[in-house]
Amino acid sequence: MATHRRIDVSKTGDVSVVKFLDRKILDEAAIQELGSELFGLVEIDNRKAILLDFDGVEFLSSAALGKLITFDRKLKTAKGRLKMCGISPGILEVFQVTKLNKVFDIRTDLAEALAAF
Amino acid sequence: MANNSSAESWQRATVLPSERGSSRLVTDDLLEQLGIFGWSQEDIFAIHLAAEEALVNAAMHGNRFDPAKQVHVECQVSNDLVRLVVTDEGEGFDSANVPDCTLAERLESPNGRGVMLMRSFMTRVEYNPKGNSVILEKKRETAQP
Repeated sequence: MATHRRIDVSKTGDVSVVKFLDRKILDEAAIQELGSELFGLVEIDNRKAILLDFDGVEFLSSAALGKLITFDRKLKTAKGRLKMCGISPGILEVFQVTKLNKVFDIRTDLAEALAAF
Repeated sequence: MANNSSAESWQRATVLPSERGSSRLVTDDLLEQLGIFGWSQEDIFAIHLAAEEALVNAAMHGNRFDPAKQVHVECQVSNDLVRLVVTDEGEGFDSANVPDCTLAERLESPNGRGVMLMRSFMTRVEYNPKGNSVILEKKRETAQP
């Protein structure tokens, strides 16, 4: 299994739960690294059910949104499922303004998200 | 870098290199000043987001990370207004022609959300005619304590 610097990955049943290690996801180099680590979950580890838990994340930029969209596409192509939870009110507003809340399956908390798989 | 501060406002003019990560040379101090002037966490989030998008756009899309070009930033923070002017040395662009990223056919595009986020989270966003300089303003909406 790959070593990660931007994310922490654990398993709950069949679901891979991904937590972000950065409170602010905005540094361009860190976002590139984050993208590579997320994509590896699908392309290398072949994971099919992935939950992104944003608990503790205070900020993300549009560049990070781009990585999440590409990640979602890759997972859909591999016939996997992505859900998100623990999103702060500010970041949730970013998803709503950009209408990405219609693209992503966003749940309130970890328990609800896990139950939805 | 030039600071001109008083009890009523904080002002700073900075020149940044066109490098990845250079935005922090402005945003770290800006965030500190927003806290000092008592802006809410909600407003600080909005201003941080807009500033980050404008600064990254200037270095990446405006100056194309050309080391010979710089990003010029003016910041002003007071109790009721935040004003940023971000200018790059690029060719500019027509901000009216930025595609709507919320249209169904563009919803899953990984790019093109920066300008929209700036407009959504700030009170005023205005580009100069050339399109290489943007004014961002946020007026305080919540009552001061």
